[in-house]
Amino acid sequence: MSFDNAYESLLGGEDAHWAFGTGFSEALSGVNREFPAGVDKDALAAYCLMLGDDALIYSQRLSEWCSRAPELEEDIALANIALDLLGQARMLLTRAGEVLGRTEDELAYLRDEREFRNVHLAEIDCGPGPGGDFAATIARLLVFSSWRLALFSRLRGSADPVLKAIAEKGLKELAYHRDHAAQWTVRLGDGTDESHRRMQAGLERVWPFLDELFATHQVEAALQGVAVDPASLRSEVDGVLEAVLSAAGLTRPRDTKAARVAGRAGRDGVHTETMGYLLAEMQHLHRSLPGAVW
Amino acid sequence: MADDLELRFERTVQSESRIEPRDWMPDGYRKTLIRQIAQHAHSEIIGMQPEGNWISRAPSLRRKAILLAKVQDEAGHGLYLYSATETLGADREDLTTKLIEGRQKYSSIFNYPTLTFADVGVIGWLVDGAAICNQVPLCRTSYGPYARAMIRICKEESFHQRQGYELLMTMMRGTQQQKDMVQDSVNRWWWPALMMFGPPDAESTNTEQSMAWRIKRDTNDELRQKFVNMSMPQAEALGVTFPDPDIKWNEECGEYDFGQPDWDEFWQVVKGGGVCNEQRIAHRRKAHEDGAWVREAAAAHAAKHERKEGAA
Repeated sequence: MSFDNAYESLLGGEDAHWAFGTGFSEALSGVNREFPAGVDKDALAAYCLMLGDDALIYSQRLSEWCSRAPELEEDIALANIALDLLGQARMLLTRAGEVLGRTEDELAYLRDEREFRNVHLAEIDCGPGPGGDFAATIARLLVFSSWRLALFSRLRGSADPVLKAIAEKGLKELAYHRDHAAQWTVRLGDGTDESHRRMQAGLERVWPFLDELFATHQVEAALQGVAVDPASLRSEVDGVLEAVLSAAGLTRPRDTKAARVAGRAGRDGVHTETMGYLLAEMQHLHRSLPGAVW
Repeated sequence: MADDLELRFERTVQSESRIEPRDWMPDGYRKTLIRQIAQHAHSEIIGMQPEGNWISRAPSLRRKAILLAKVQDEAGHGLYLYSATETLGADREDLTTKLIEGRQKYSSIFNYPTLTFADVGVIGWLVDGAAICNQVPLCRTSYGPYARAMIRICKEESFHQRQGYELLMTMMRGTQQQKDMVQDSVNRWWWPALMMFGPPDAESTNTEQSMAWRIKRDTNDELRQKFVNMSMPQAEALGVTFPDPDIKWNEECGEYDFGQPDWDEFWQVVKGGGVCNEQRIAHRRKAHEDGAWVREAAAAHAAKHERKEGAA
């Protein structure tokens, strides 16, 4: 660019760049989008919503840290992770929308709470709100990214070419998220008495939500060869968590299960009380101006 | 000896060469640069708040990603600039303390509130536009690390500006409510954007020495005029007007005549009396203080690690 006219680039033609990127490109442009023969399309859409909502709602939570992180470098890192997850959410909602005849924005902004399929771990407040602090934020990131990384590494074998491509693209991102969380877990576990105490409390905060991550849902059961059975991930994820906690000098919390409502939880659209507020904030502008273009 | 050094410094600056961190420089030059670069870094960091205000409510996933990436870039700009001050012997922690204690300034524009999503677009177009006008000359400023940081920042800012303008173009093709939202936002941000170039030259205290040192390259009024000249055709293309009855093309000068911002309001905001001054600093202070235990833990862990490595 020349530096004489600040408006030159408004007229296009100049290929300027983001420092960090928006995390969403046409990465899937060459991928075959036909549905595999014999697949239950409604189940496929529901499955894409599950994985997409996990990423969308968790990204919404993580971006609350923007301008509030303990250090500038961490502000950038958390925003980066939120952007990666938002990118994954957009690809997954778009895939669900191909079955449902809806756009990613219609699915994100016009569904009601009971139609969201994300796990509770994605929606709870782990800080910077009153529900947690930086340690609880790291504890959630460690658990979520370890679980999702294990899930995506198996999803690479999916019979659905789009899910397969999304998994391949997401793996590198999730490996970075898990590494980032593991490094902070060790730093905080080992750092000072206060950070050790907070990190242990952070683990206690998120641990009850672990069980839901490994419960097989009927949608997953109906999609043999397309979906990953989350029950098959448990030992791998447990191994990762054990290794990180041991390096950090932290104690694995006792396994407790967050209560369900008549056996139902996030995957069935039954959420925690915080979910309504999260959606109210996320959706209000889009819903306030029907017919608007953004 | 000292005279030789000073002479060499003067020659380097006059010949448009760069001063580098290890070169001798007068104390006043060093102090002025630290103050100016720190103020710029603080502006990037405080500037994350007004736009960050809309991340959770962005009305489409694409806009949410763009906005999050933009605010993240601002944190990155703050980081490069704090690093540039460190090459002059300043310390990031110390500069942050000065910011949250109100001993160093940041751009006053960020003391205005962002009230609608159109503000995200108008900030990109007018506020980033004015910032680019101010910053483009700094890509040739005499201090090497600052000039190099500014080249990268200007490229990214220019991309942000394009994104902001594109959002406004899209909204102006939308519903009447959206068009009204854009015009209302332009009405609120136009005068504060003009104030970003600083007070009129006659009242500006730092200009003369900074021009001689090639830290500053154009006067406030020159840059303001340039900004108005560039903004008018863009406003026409967009279909909005500026809230200035005196703005009109002057055939004779080949540029636009325009009215003066309310300089009393400008000074009021600079002195802390804007809508958001206290809120912005309180937000930054809270983040910094809430994060203290994390930074201490990271330092303690690093120190233990070093000791272990030293022992091995």
